[in-house]
Amino acid sequence: MRILLVEDDAEVARFVRKGLAEAGHNVEHAGNGRDGLFLAASEPFDILVLDRMLPGGVDGVRLVETLRAQGNRTPVLFLSALSAVDERVKGLKAGGDDYLVKPFAFAELLARVEVLARRPTMDAPATRLRIADLEMDLLARSVTRAGKRIEIQPREFRLLEHLLRHAGQVVTRTMLLEKVWDYHFDPQTNVIDVHVSRLRQKIDKGFDRPLIHTVRNAGYMIRAEA
Amino acid sequence: MPEGVVTPPPAFPRGEAVGRWEGMLRFMRSAGFRFALLFAVIFIGASALFALVLWYATAGSLDRQTDAAVRTDALGLIERWREGGPGAVSEAIADRLASDVEGTAIYLLLDANDARLAGNLDRWPPGLPPEATWTFGTVQREGAQIEARLYAIELGERYSLVVGRDVAEKQKLRTLLAEGIAWAAVAAAAFALLGAAVLRRAVEMRLRPAALTAQAIAAGDLSRRVPISQRADEFDRLGGSMNDMLERIDRLMAGVRGVSDSIAHDLRTPIARARAKLEEALGEQTDAETLRAAMEQGIADLDHITRVFGALLRIAEAEAGARRAAFAPLDLVPVLADVAEFYGAVAETGGQSIAVDLPVRLDVVGDRDLLAQAVGNLIDNALKFTPSGGSVRISARAPARERIDIVVEDTGPGLSATDRARAGERFFRADASRGTPGSGLGLSLVRAVAHLHGGDLFLEDASPGAPVRGLRATIRLGVA
Repeated sequence: MRILLVEDDAEVARFVRKGLAEAGHNVEHAGNGRDGLFLAASEPFDILVLDRMLPGGVDGVRLVETLRAQGNRTPVLFLSALSAVDERVKGLKAGGDDYLVKPFAFAELLARVEVLARRPTMDAPATRLRIADLEMDLLARSVTRAGKRIEIQPREFRLLEHLLRHAGQVVTRTMLLEKVWDYHFDPQTNVIDVHVSRLRQKIDKGFDRPLIHTVRNAGYMIRAEA
Repeated sequence: MPEGVVTPPPAFPRGEAVGRWEGMLRFMRSAGFRFALLFAVIFIGASALFALVLWYATAGSLDRQTDAAVRTDALGLIERWREGGPGAVSEAIADRLASDVEGTAIYLLLDANDARLAGNLDRWPPGLPPEATWTFGTVQREGAQIEARLYAIELGERYSLVVGRDVAEKQKLRTLLAEGIAWAAVAAAAFALLGAAVLRRAVEMRLRPAALTAQAIAAGDLSRRVPISQRADEFDRLGGSMNDMLERIDRLMAGVRGVSDSIAHDLRTPIARARAKLEEALGEQTDAETLRAAMEQGIADLDHITRVFGALLRIAEAEAGARRAAFAPLDLVPVLADVAEFYGAVAETGGQSIAVDLPVRLDVVGDRDLLAQAVGNLIDNALKFTPSGGSVRISARAPARERIDIVVEDTGPGLSATDRARAGERFFRADASRGTPGSGLGLSLVRAVAHLHGGDLFLEDASPGAPVRGLRATIRLGVA
């Protein structure tokens, strides 16, 4: 994937760039908003990773607003040290797609970048999600594995749906918290782990091949191969 | 000039005068002075009006009586003139003079040659024109000079008549009255000034405590409060508002202090620990595996610090009221149900149960995320301290029109009265909880969220008197 990173802090930029490159992505870097805007407007990228506060007169929010005004729909992930809810809302309103507060774990950034860049196209809304022998019917709201119906609660259904929509991608705990529960706070305990393990009990227990995998230091992933 | 002798600074004789002048200006600019001035003006105005009415009703009335008597007299004489000519008039005058007991009547009838036909005046009053006019004048009656009110008419055939009344008595009364009013005016002015001074002083005295308090606070003593009298008047209300404001400022200051204290303690400590561990790993002859473990631990420590920091910021945000921007009307019931379900999974793994008792609908205006987090913190706490097999009960109701209580009860050991009082302070952790994970910020956040929503957090025993008393935490929201 071609990623544009606009970040003024050299150390953070180097770290993010290196990490993304190691994950197999092609990263362009701009150190200020003006250069970032120029690059983003003139070259195609799969995703933009923007610092919220940038030198050079064009900050992250302005950059996105300008791009969106030009009809550029490239997904945008904001990085910011501003954690206040207002700031977050401002970033998302301007046209950002996701918001990650500094400091962050690189795994969190990578997971969000990959999920954003491979957003499912919305032109053909899926009514069924499938992986290996697990099948989810979004209309009937039923889940079957190997033809056997699995009883599942509404929230577990949403959790599984989220995992399935991003099958093969790492989904972090915070992402699940934000996307499945719409909570933007620290729940203090490992609540997400408990929910995933409950789901796992229902989906994977009694089958020889587990589908939900824990990715160390990052989160969870649903995939067919072991 | 020998050393040590310092020439005195030149005196500024104008300085003092200027100072006095400025003091005068300041005095005149004071609100107390203006109120007092207004009072004096109104008082003097009222007194003047009073005197005017008095004058009109007494002296004015006397004048009008005199004029009426003179006019009636004159009309009567004119009547006689028409009926009987000069002779009849002379007769009438003689009659009237004879019946004038008080001796105040004045008549004079002159013929065409200015010869006196009748009357008690020696001669025509000098300067009095012989036509119908009213005047005051000095006349000569039977040899004596007297003050009189006069009415002169020409009767025809160049006969002229003057009718009048001696007003000496009335003048005397008038003078007395005028003197009285003058004295009263002086007294009124004195009272006005005295009243003004008293008023000014009263305003100053009533404002002084507030002013002194404000000065002390400006000087940095935030503990001072405006003393409130028993009068419950405007000044007391102002003082009360000032005290409320100071209370709020004090709380915010305490919050800031609390944050710096907690930064000092609960951020420095883990930072120091992480640093020590990293340094230790670096200094020793260690293999790659140990080094790696140390670094992972370091990152975990940093993550913990970040979380504490995030919690502190969130509390500060809630306390500063900055999150009101995220306020929206919402139904509390699904929010609570979601949180209960969210933590329900945790309860299940711990062998505890969560019971939910919610009404159909509870409308509030609030911040969904913060409310969910606050209730989540309470549930998280309850689950931490409730033993396996215990239960946590979440309920909500609106006991009054503008109030909503969210209650989280557990069957844990509860809190002692002293711990209860301290719970909610940043980083306070009861001794019993030292072994459990947590930052000690949970209840602080709950309290801040409750305050943000116009309410408070209350802690009490869930079942008082029972061996296992449990804890009942109530978030009371003021529905604005």
